[in-house]
Amino acid sequence: MSTVIKGGLVIDQTGERNADVVVEDGRVVAVGPDLSGDEVLDASGCVVAPGFVDIHAHLRQPGAEEAETIETGSWAAVRGGYSAVVAMPNTNPPIDCAAVVQEVLALGRLAPCDVYTSGAITVGRKGEQLAPMAEMAALGVRLFTDDGRGVQEAGLMRRAMEYAAGLGVVLAQHCEVDSLAVGGHMHEGEWSSRLGIPGVPAEAEELMVMRDIALSRFTGAPIHFQHLSTRGSIAMVRAAREAGVEVTAEAATHHFTLTDEACASYDPVFKVNPPLRPADDRDAVREGLSDGAVDAIATDHAPHSPDTKEMPFDQAPPGMLGLETALALALTELNLPLAEVVGLLSWQPAAIAGLKGVHGAPIAPGGSANLCVFDPNETWTVDPAALASRSRNTPYAGRQVRGRVRHTIVGGRPVLVDQEMRP
Amino acid sequence: MKHLLSINDLGAEGIDEVCRLADHFTEVSQRPIPKVPALRGKTVAMLFYEDSTRTRLSFEVAARRLSADVMGFSVSASSVNKGESVRDTVATVSAMGPDAIVVRHRSAGVPQQTAAWTHASVINAGDGWHEHPTQALLDCYTIRDRLGSVAGRRIVIVGDIKHSRVARSCVMAFTALGAKVTLVAPPTLLPPEVGSWPVDISFSLDAVLSDCDVVYGLRVQKERQSEALLPSLREYTAQWGLTVARAARLHPDALVMHPGPVNRGVEIAPEVLDQPNATLNEQVRHGVAVRMAVLYLLLAADPDLRPEGAGT
Repeated sequence: MSTVIKGGLVIDQTGERNADVVVEDGRVVAVGPDLSGDEVLDASGCVVAPGFVDIHAHLRQPGAEEAETIETGSWAAVRGGYSAVVAMPNTNPPIDCAAVVQEVLALGRLAPCDVYTSGAITVGRKGEQLAPMAEMAALGVRLFTDDGRGVQEAGLMRRAMEYAAGLGVVLAQHCEVDSLAVGGHMHEGEWSSRLGIPGVPAEAEELMVMRDIALSRFTGAPIHFQHLSTRGSIAMVRAAREAGVEVTAEAATHHFTLTDEACASYDPVFKVNPPLRPADDRDAVREGLSDGAVDAIATDHAPHSPDTKEMPFDQAPPGMLGLETALALALTELNLPLAEVVGLLSWQPAAIAGLKGVHGAPIAPGGSANLCVFDPNETWTVDPAALASRSRNTPYAGRQVRGRVRHTIVGGRPVLVDQEMRP
Repeated sequence: MKHLLSINDLGAEGIDEVCRLADHFTEVSQRPIPKVPALRGKTVAMLFYEDSTRTRLSFEVAARRLSADVMGFSVSASSVNKGESVRDTVATVSAMGPDAIVVRHRSAGVPQQTAAWTHASVINAGDGWHEHPTQALLDCYTIRDRLGSVAGRRIVIVGDIKHSRVARSCVMAFTALGAKVTLVAPPTLLPPEVGSWPVDISFSLDAVLSDCDVVYGLRVQKERQSEALLPSLREYTAQWGLTVARAARLHPDALVMHPGPVNRGVEIAPEVLDQPNATLNEQVRHGVAVRMAVLYLLLAADPDLRPEGAGT
């Protein structure tokens, strides 16, 4: 059975054109004017883009299924236009060996989008001993991270980078020096001072960015920086890239949308790690996304069940939902051409995660049919109750945003049609 | 006004009104039967998640002198020990229909969260490092009582400002009333970005001592040593303690204040605490009248029921 996407503006890495797109048997079979197929998906007024790739999603399975499962998280992804997500390894048990990787991938095969997983750099994400990266890489893991924590010990990080380079995989760092960040619950600055909430200084992130750039230069191994949140971090990444160091970086949606002032409500829905920063840092993230210092938008989708987010601010876990709102916030908050926004959500993260060719690929006959169709002009209001995620901890409740995903096609199969999930 | 979560909820006018009401309740407290029926039929619930002697007793006495009923709550003997969340506990207490809930918690913001979870008025009795508004109010009342007014006074607050909810509320209250506030502490015990606060900063107590109307000492905890914020309490006392020698350099009318509990000999020398210009016990005494004023302000909705000469 074939599906035709009619009347849209096709945007991919090769450029833009008005064209219909026909997919069949998991492949794009035709791109051009006046095409037909068995099922017709209307795309008038819409952009037809390669499906998005989230290289930073907490799917919570195994271990915290009350907050999210691979299935519910994948539906949230599909509603956000994602055809692929990379699961983070801070599950329980952590994804730090082949057995857990296999479990996650097996559950992922039942999900509506492609589910990849990262693996932990160290056993138990404890920062003490290298995890068996080769056995995980053999199962297809391409990104390794202790996300939620940075690898604190420089000597261990050096060895991890050398070892990873030999496997052709990439290490992704959650940059935070524990000894500066410990006990902090929001950005250390004017607002934390006023609110009496212990802070995490920007320097906790920047010191590790600085260290890992040096280690990357030293070892020759690539390094990916997760959810950069400060002006200093982004400036260092920009300079390192210009100096020829093999660095990539992502920014999370909330770091270009929200500021630490939001914590004045004491609502833990605004608690996240790294924390929301002042407006100047938020602006630096926007600049980084605009000038290429930052390669990708990531969601850092971090579901938490309502009871854990109704705790006192300093006792609640950090993290916020992101998959279903990322595109809209990028279109609403970033003043970027459509093609650049699509690149930040699609082929650029796909390249970091080693998914090039499968996701984020040019929309051309023979290409894989992982696509998303979105209306860049539709405005809507974020309603936590209407989210597909199992959790409700979106910091954007009631916010009016612009840009909405209409259809998502994964492996040639329309899984979201006119915003309706199609199991 | 529904809640008292922050001194900002009151502003200068609100603080003045509390002080005027407190004048009246001070008079009430001196009667042979120190009790008025102003809040008869009202219920005040105490939700103290953190140890407290003076604040809790003070609120209980204040509520009873207004003829309100008091619902006690102690964390150690409650379902909190069985893992009940703050929200569920607030819901449980609220279901019993209190008119006000007085909350103390070690986490900043809990009173604000509580206000969203209950129909009752919420009074912040201290939340983490954030605020302790009734302490600041009784301090304003004490200064006003001793010196006539807070406006124009030069007030030095010395000690662990960073971790102090009293400091945050006092800075807001004193500056709102027009006092000039100087914070004195080693940089490690000052809050981040303190430059954005409406105060002067000094790292030396000696430099500001002879030129102030009030020295307000804050508690310094032993744990600050292990956090590398202080080399030792001995060094703290030598540099920032109100020793007998330093107290001798104060203007004779200058007040020595402290919110308690005091570490005798650390923040303030025992001899200084016994001097007539030390106001620690007065602060506690005024606390009752000020908390009566706050409860009255929040719970006695009908202005016709206000005592004569009190309020606006």
